[in-house]
Amino acid sequence: MPINYYIFLALALFCIGIIGVLTRRNAIIIFMCIELMLNAANLLLVAFSKMHVDVNQPTAGSDAQIFVFFIMVVAAAEVSVGLAIIVMLYRNIHSVDVNFLNRLKN
Amino acid sequence: MSNTLQIVWLIPFLPLIGFLVNGLGRKQLSKTLVGIIGSGVILASFLISVFVFLQVKNGNTAVVNYFDFINTASLKVGFNFQIDQLSSIFLLIITGIGFLIHVYSTSYMHEEDSKDFAKFFAYLNLFIFSMLLLVMGGNYIIMFIGWEGVGLCSYLLIGFWFKDANNTAAANKAFIMNRIGDFGFLLAVFWLIAKLGTTDYHAVFENVSKLSATDITGITMLLFLGAIGKSAQIPLYTWLPDAMAGPTPVSALIHAATMVTAGIYMIARSNILFTMAPATQALIAVIGLATAVVAATIALKQNDIKKVLAYSTVSQLGYMFLGLGVGAYTGAVFHVMTHAFFKALLFLGAGSVIHAMGGEQDMRKMGGLKKYMGITHITFLLGCLAIAGMPPFSGFFSKDEILAAAFTKNPIYWGVGVLTAFMTAFYMFRLYGMTFLGKFRGTHDQEHHLHESPLAITIPLIILAILAFVGGWVGIPEVFMHGGHRLEAFLEPIFAQSNILVATLGEKQELSHTTEYALMATSVIGALIALLYAANKFSKYQASTQEETGIGRVLANKWYVDEIYDAVIVKPLKSFSGFLNNIIEKKAIDGFVNGVGRAVNYGSRQIRLLQTGQVSAYMLLMVVAILILFIIQLFL
Amino acid sequence: MDQNISVTFPHALIFFPLLAGLITFLFKKDAAVKSWALLSSIITLCISLASIVYASNKALSGLAFNYEWLKYIGASFSVSLDGMGRVLTLLTAISFPIIFVATYTNTYKNANIFYGLMLLTQAGLMGVFLASDALLFYFFWELAIIPVYFLCSRWGGEKRIQATFKFFIYTFTGSLLMLVGIIYMYLQTAPVHDVAGTLVSEHSFALNYFYEAQLSQTQQNWLFWLFFIAFAVKMPVFPFHTWQPDTYEQSPTSVTMVLSGIMVKMGLFGVMRWLLPMFPLAVAKFDNIAIILSITGIVYASLIATKQDDLKRLVAYSSIAHIGLMSATIFATKQIGLEGVMIQMFNHGINIIGLWIVIDLIEKQLGVRKISQLSGVAHKAPILTILLVVIAFANIALPLTNAFVGEFMMFSGLFQFNTWYAVIALLSIILAAVYTLNMVQKVFYGETNALTATLKEITVSQQIALSIVVVAIFLTGIYPQPILNLTKDTVAALVTKFK
Repeated sequence: MPINYYIFLALALFCIGIIGVLTRRNAIIIFMCIELMLNAANLLLVAFSKMHVDVNQPTAGSDAQIFVFFIMVVAAAEVSVGLAIIVMLYRNIHSVDVNFLNRLKN
Repeated sequence: MSNTLQIVWLIPFLPLIGFLVNGLGRKQLSKTLVGIIGSGVILASFLISVFVFLQVKNGNTAVVNYFDFINTASLKVGFNFQIDQLSSIFLLIITGIGFLIHVYSTSYMHEEDSKDFAKFFAYLNLFIFSMLLLVMGGNYIIMFIGWEGVGLCSYLLIGFWFKDANNTAAANKAFIMNRIGDFGFLLAVFWLIAKLGTTDYHAVFENVSKLSATDITGITMLLFLGAIGKSAQIPLYTWLPDAMAGPTPVSALIHAATMVTAGIYMIARSNILFTMAPATQALIAVIGLATAVVAATIALKQNDIKKVLAYSTVSQLGYMFLGLGVGAYTGAVFHVMTHAFFKALLFLGAGSVIHAMGGEQDMRKMGGLKKYMGITHITFLLGCLAIAGMPPFSGFFSKDEILAAAFTKNPIYWGVGVLTAFMTAFYMFRLYGMTFLGKFRGTHDQEHHLHESPLAITIPLIILAILAFVGGWVGIPEVFMHGGHRLEAFLEPIFAQSNILVATLGEKQELSHTTEYALMATSVIGALIALLYAANKFSKYQASTQEETGIGRVLANKWYVDEIYDAVIVKPLKSFSGFLNNIIEKKAIDGFVNGVGRAVNYGSRQIRLLQTGQVSAYMLLMVVAILILFIIQLFL
Repeated sequence: MDQNISVTFPHALIFFPLLAGLITFLFKKDAAVKSWALLSSIITLCISLASIVYASNKALSGLAFNYEWLKYIGASFSVSLDGMGRVLTLLTAISFPIIFVATYTNTYKNANIFYGLMLLTQAGLMGVFLASDALLFYFFWELAIIPVYFLCSRWGGEKRIQATFKFFIYTFTGSLLMLVGIIYMYLQTAPVHDVAGTLVSEHSFALNYFYEAQLSQTQQNWLFWLFFIAFAVKMPVFPFHTWQPDTYEQSPTSVTMVLSGIMVKMGLFGVMRWLLPMFPLAVAKFDNIAIILSITGIVYASLIATKQDDLKRLVAYSSIAHIGLMSATIFATKQIGLEGVMIQMFNHGINIIGLWIVIDLIEKQLGVRKISQLSGVAHKAPILTILLVVIAFANIALPLTNAFVGEFMMFSGLFQFNTWYAVIALLSIILAAVYTLNMVQKVFYGETNALTATLKEITVSQQIALSIVVVAIFLTGIYPQPILNLTKDTVAALVTKFK
């Protein structure tokens, strides 16, 4: 299968993620969209690693796949922290609408 | 080198030791001890100077090197002392008169605190030290050390009674005016270094032909500026009369033995340079003459006894510069010498009068002191006769020599010079008449206290009076006695180079004996009439409350020179500094710096509005920016 | 002397104050802090003296010693001690004990931090004067400035925050411009190979690589200004000077002494060590501009000094005038002038520290330093007055005081460059006499007033500190030859660049 398909799929996922982040106000949805973008990048990594595989050197190109595992682990950690923040937010202001969160201004 | 002249370092070193001992031990030493140390070191220096003089007389001159003051690839300045005819004469004058003034001071300053007394002697010793360095230095830099040193000492001594702001202001004025002269002196030295790479007298004078005419004129003009400052000529003379704020022995020291003669010495030392610069010489003669006249006119109307003497010094210095300007170097040095005798005498005599009057300096309140102060009176009269140029007193010979030389150069110089001599006779005998003749005009208390001064004061007066009488006999002109001018013969090697130059140019003209007699007769008779008239008139002086009018008022106010300087130079400079401080510094430069700060502040406040605090707005900005980067990367 | 010992001197000069400073932070008692700081500064002075006596007087590379520091970018911890460095490290080493003795009775809050920072400044200054690697130079340049920032902002006068902010922005702008210049220069240097011939790094920060970099006239022109502004701010040269009076006025006096006595020499040193040898073509092109700025500064600062009522500001402007003369002479690049600069850098430091000590002594007793409020100090404190008069006359370069030889040679160098520059610059000797004597007259002479009547004579330790200054003034004034000898190689090396 040509690499192009993977690229387009990743692009589509990434765009969905971006549009989601930009348009939605619910923090949880934004969070999910960020994950979507992250996974679009993961998909690309795996795809390219497969593309570069060499018959003579079976381990070549496996770096990227290992990398993806790392990213997933970090992402999992990030999710746990992020969700914790959101929960704390909800407790404090009883909303997960990011438009209420403009404290950065001052 | 085993030259006996090697010991000359002792001459300045001893006064330095005196300065250190008296200065550091001013709390411990008694007044007697201070006086003995202070005068003793000068006496020792004087004795060595006599020895050195005798050596020089036998033809033993030398440049002695002690150590290298500056020794780099670009400049070598040795700590050299040059001992020759010129410096040995000055050594005698400085240490000899200096010693008498020291002795005099032991009595004159006796009422001061023990600490101040010691301080005074320390300063006097330092003064002598500086002046000795000045005349002994073997190059212009050592000379400059002494040159500035005497400026410093005059500053310290004029401001000796520093409680009074007038005194310290006079001290500042003296130092600053001297600095203006130093400005010229230094530039001349830089010029010499730039062109010749050396400041040693010998090297400079031998290589003088390497200098272009512009160089020589420039250098001599600048050196002369230095002399103007130090020797109080127009336009920088105003510090000298103000310097009367110091104790009287200091005035005597500044006016007679040291300081103001430095300019004369320097020009006599560099005579070859000046002989080669006719333009400078003409300027020197004109400025000297102008100073002589202006100062003499001012002296006519002064009522402070010391001020009259101060202006007479300025005027006499003008004479010396006239002598230098017309090439009569020997005459100028001769006049320095005789002037040292009679001016020291006059100042010390005036000090004796002031002492007797309990500090009063106003001549209008004196009179009739003749019968109270016999020795002071006689010696003072001798001094007056000498300065008025009466034969056979010393002033006659030296003044006559300068006037004769001026006549050969330009009869107008002579005319103005003689006129000044008449004025000199007039104001000196006005002073004499107001002080010693007539009736006492002071208070009853003062009259009660009038007394002759103690021996420590009268003995120096007597010695100086003898010198003022006979001192001129070393330079009896050729017309009176063949080979009589022993000073000229003695100084011949110093001015040889100039004399040869003048001879080759064919400028030297001899006066016929008849002319010379005629000139002398004119000046003597004129001065005699002036002095008799003045003595007669002012012996009947009555204090009048009438205000001076017309020219008299202008003269009494010293031609308003101080006021003019103040209005033309000091005030504009002050307001200009104020302008720089308040407008340029605070408003313009600092304003600009602060303006930049304010601009940054303002800009930040505007940009801050972009920060809405909406997370999605930030996100949008970020995405747009990334897209723009993509587009740039892909399509441009 | 053994070569091994000689090479340790530069390191000792940097690391001893550095360690001593760090140790100072640990002390608790004020008295212990003071004694320790004084002791360590005296030890530093001994090291410095030993470096002059024992180490042979070789040219720049003679005493160089390298440690690999950031090997792969071509930076090394390389320090060297040449004549100029030796004079300036001696000045640094001699100044700190004098400052500590003179301000021994001053009390500071958190004395351990104060003295610790002072010693760190000393280490930074030493590093600046010793570094022969551009990155190291920059590092020490900042190390010297940053403690001063904290010293001023924590222990300064009322308006200290504004003043230190101004100081910091000014100097930091200059520093950053210099950093840009250093990086650009770095990219122009030749690659470094080790002994075996293999490539170690593409470029180098080493001083000699910088000297040998091939630069076009245009490149030099740009780089000249980047470095010049950094150094000009530090000196300071008109019109980059307005931070100085404010900072001097607001800093605690001992910091002012460091700033004016030593830190301004960083700028002069930088010009002579880095700017002149690196960009001879640009110097030849811009020398007139640099000199005119400097000379304008001389006359301008002298005139403004006549108008100052605050003693600290008066001395600050007087210092700007003196530094202006040095900077003008440096850019004139005449041998006699540069020799004068070398000796004057040392002497100016001594004299100005002396002046600050006197001002500090008066301010400590009376709480004021306005000329208009003081009068007749001489009646109450004659010894102080005598010492001050000597220092004041040294400040106006009277012969046989230390400043004379330097100023004489500098003016002479300037004269050889251009007569009119020398004439205008020489006006400053008259103006200096005006403002200095005026100050002496107003403050020390005359009758005492209600305030100064309470004044007492200075204590013995203060007399000692001032006497050291006075002795130094006369020693170098009467026999300046040792310092001239020490620096003649440096000058000769510098002059050959402009033949």
